[in-house]
Amino acid sequence: MTEVEDTVDPTIPPALRAEALESLLLERGLIDTKTIETFIRTYETAVGPMNGAKVVAKAWTDPEYKQQLLADGTAAIATLGFKGPQGEHMVVLENTADVHHVVVCTLCSCYPWPVLGLPPSWYKDPAYRARVVKEPRAVLAEWGTELGPDVEVRVLDSSSEVRYLVLPERPAGTESMSEEELAALVTRDAMVGVTKVQAP
Amino acid sequence: MTTATLPLDVEGSAAPPRANGELVFAAPWEGRAFGLTMALADRGVLSYDAFREVLIARIAAWEADHPVGECFSYYGCWLQALEQVLASEDLVPAEALVARSAALAARPAGHDHDHGHGHDHDHDHDHDHDHDHD
Repeated sequence: MTEVEDTVDPTIPPALRAEALESLLLERGLIDTKTIETFIRTYETAVGPMNGAKVVAKAWTDPEYKQQLLADGTAAIATLGFKGPQGEHMVVLENTADVHHVVVCTLCSCYPWPVLGLPPSWYKDPAYRARVVKEPRAVLAEWGTELGPDVEVRVLDSSSEVRYLVLPERPAGTESMSEEELAALVTRDAMVGVTKVQAP
Repeated sequence: MTTATLPLDVEGSAAPPRANGELVFAAPWEGRAFGLTMALADRGVLSYDAFREVLIARIAAWEADHPVGECFSYYGCWLQALEQVLASEDLVPAEALVARSAALAARPAGHDHDHGHGHDHDHDHDHDHDHDHD
């Protein structure tokens, strides 16, 4: 495993270290402020779970698209315009009445940025990362997701090689809803697999 | 491995990331650490995959051993990983970073939030605790 070292005194406040790092990198011409701002703003406001929700709603309403999505997630997602860093190796897994997938990154926080944005803090938390592997049913129950004993639970470990997106089950009673209305129902948590999508 | 530009859906008709209950970054410096890393990767100055290896090691090291009562800070690990990568590549030597941090800390009170590039994060958090000028 890679060695870690405290290259810089970790007791210096991180806000100061980050600012110092930025000023030194700017002076060295290695970055420009506009690019930094663009990345921050992009992931703060423009890229998030609403992208994944559109993918899910389209799969629910377009059987051909769903087939493509499950066969080649990266390509099918890219057709909706969602691509970029951490979205290169997407695998989409369908939750059904018989199988429930839930996603984790046990090593760090690999996450499909183009469709879900940056991960929430619970996803990065050591407790979630360790526990969902050992006792997925208990963790899911804490999220209010009670699964019958006949439902198979599959825990998927995201990595740099593959990033998973869960295609949740379409809730009953939503047959007459439009794709746009359906997208509004889909939550980030359901696309990680810790919850189900609820009917309105 | 990163794309030069990010093709984005910016129509904004749906909820932004924070709508699911929390802000993407808990403090402005977390966003800076993230933005710096992505800008460096975007330009090919560092490899995100190589950075990730160090981040993984850093997180594992924290989980294996950390001060009693210290809460896990994902972006704390991230910043340390970035510092390590930049130091090992000799792009930003640790001594330079420590010296610059000290210089920034020594600014007169009131200058500490004059970042000069107009980002609009909320600065309504502990202004009173950032610096000690005894």
